[in-house]
Order: sequence, then structure tokens, then C-alpha cells
Amino acid sequence: MKTRYLLFFLFVFVAGLGGSPAVSGQKIEYIKTTDLEKILKNKEDKLSVINFWASWCAPCVKELPHFEKISKEFDSDEVTFFLISLDFPSEIEGKLIPFLKKNKITHEVAVMTDTDYNLWIDTVDPGWQGNIPATLVINNAKKIRSFHPEELDEKQLRELINKSL
Amino acid sequence: MKKYLWLLLIGILLPMTAGAQSAYKAGDIASDFKLKNVKGELVSLAQFTDAKGFIVVFWCNTCPVVKKYDERLVKLNEEFAGKGFPVIAINSNDKGVSPGDSYEEMQKKAAEKKYAFQYLYDESQDVARKFGATNTPHVYLLSKTDGKLKVEYVGAIDNNADNAAAADKHYLADAVNSLISGKPIAMAGTKAIGCSLKWKKV
Repeated sequence: MKTRYLLFFLFVFVAGLGGSPAVSGQKIEYIKTTDLEKILKNKEDKLSVINFWASWCAPCVKELPHFEKISKEFDSDEVTFFLISLDFPSEIEGKLIPFLKKNKITHEVAVMTDTDYNLWIDTVDPGWQGNIPATLVINNAKKIRSFHPEELDEKQLRELINKSL
Repeated sequence: MKKYLWLLLIGILLPMTAGAQSAYKAGDIASDFKLKNVKGELVSLAQFTDAKGFIVVFWCNTCPVVKKYDERLVKLNEEFAGKGFPVIAINSNDKGVSPGDSYEEMQKKAAEKKYAFQYLYDESQDVARKFGATNTPHVYLLSKTDGKLKVEYVGAIDNNADNAAAADKHYLADAVNSLISGKPIAMAGTKAIGCSLKWKKV
């Protein structure tokens, strides 16, 4: 896990994506299609809850606190939460990071840097048209998979996870 | 009473799922529609007798991705309306869910952004359901083929919402140019991150 962090920080520096973003309090990762594929193909017997969102998307902003809250209710050995931000690359520093600070989102956020969306949307779910919010619940080892391209309320999200464990 | 509520729910949900399942894709035949534009006139595709086809795009006032494409859509209409493919933008968002997408706000936006294309209000959301639109922006390129409206391309405008200058795949423009020059369309369907269409709450 530590190596992964190091690699990501290395990536951030190498890519020169704003050098060191102001991340006091929040952890920001910059990911690419290959990183997303790794998350999607993870073979560990563990549930992954992957939320696609953006700070510009009103229904996403409404459901994000549920993810923040519920992620603390589950053992990290049992469930991993991924908050994948689709904020525009030009608005990471100016909008996304201030948004995370203001809303006290402490969960790590992964920023998708591959903006050629057509290249990776189908790998998440072939039926997905790219509308956000969208949430994928997946455990490849147990062949559990459900995709929800809509806003979830707190109760729906908790039930969905419990049902998938 | 409960029974009626269930019936009502089924009555609302069934056409929605049916719409989603039969979403238009390239090769399908689209239905014409009649919607009010920002000047208060009813507009249907049949009245554009000179058009060779249409760039139908599900649009709105509020979505940040749509805002990114505002200027690009104006330019696409400038480029292609004269060549027989006018832009027809349709706002299907429910104003109860998204107040900024009301008819009055559409009129304001069309004036501010100097839309030279038709900007239509799909208040009942029937057209969005019929097309199977899920996002804004969501493009359906149609051609008039044998007196019908054939779907030629469905999806995104190009491959970079954030930065027009950095887009290096112009899916929609390429598809229209292919139609104009009588060549096959290389990409008949693409996907892009967009705002969810704001359906009326049940």
C-alpha cells in the first residue's frame, strides 16, 4: 500500500500536475485508465464500492456525505471505498480541493486524469451512458457486481453494501 | 387507495424502463416530435424541408458540461446548418428538480448565448424517453433517409469537455462530414461523462 502511495506521489510530480497540490487534510490521488482497470479487476475477496462523482454535479454532492459517513462504519479489510472525481482538470485546484475542505471530506479522493471518457466508460459498465452520479459495487472473488447510475440515499447505500457482503 | 398508487407507479415506471431499453442507436428510425421553442412557436423536424438531417442534442441551462460546450454548439450550428444539418437542442430537465432549467431560464440563456439554433422545451420529457436520452449533453445525429429520420450517430460532441482546443477526436463533426461526403461513419456511438437528465420525481 505504501509503495502505491509513493508511486502516486511520484506520478503527480512527474506529470507536473500542479506540483504538490494543497492537500492539507485531504488525500488526493491522480489516476489513469490503467489504475481504474486495476481497481475494477482486483481479485481480492473484498468488496469495493466505487463512486463516480464531481464537485460540479449537484446530486453527487448530495450523496457524497453518505459515502464519507458509511465508509467509517465498515472495516477497511472488508470494504474499500473509492471516490473517483471527474472534476475538470482545469478546476482541481480552484474548485475540487476547496470543495473537499469546505465539506470536510476526509476520505481519499482519486481524480481521474484521462478525460477521453469514451475510452474507459464501458470498462466500468457497458450499460453506463456516463451520467453521474454512478456507483459500482463489486467483489470479483465472489462474483458480486451491481451498478447504479443514479443518486443513492444513505439508507440505500448502507443496504446495498450489507446485501453485497 | 394503495392499489391505485401502485398502478400509478407502474404506469410511470414502465414507460421509463421501456424507454431506456429501446434507446435509439445508430441504424434505428427516430420519431419526429412537436415542441415549443424559446419564441413560443411549436417546432417539428418535418417543417425543415431543406434539411438533410439534424444534430439533435439533449441540452439544458445548468449542467457544467453543457456550459463547457455552449460555444462549441453555436459553432457547430454555424458550420453545419448551411450544409443541411441544423442543431436542434432540447431541454428535457424537470424544473421541479432543477429550477434553473425552466422555460423562462431557457429564453434567457438562448438570448445571452446568442443561440441561432432551435432550443426546444420537452416539458413532458416524452421526447427524452423516446430517444432514450440519459445525459446532458447527449447527441443524436439524424439523416433524412427514404423519407425517414435515420439515427446515424449517438453520443458525445468530442473527446475533451474541459478544453475545446485539446480535443483531438471530433466525433460529431466527423460523423456529419462523413454524411455530407457520402462516406461511412467511423464511430457511430461514443460515451462521455455528463450530467444525469433530471427526471420528474415520482
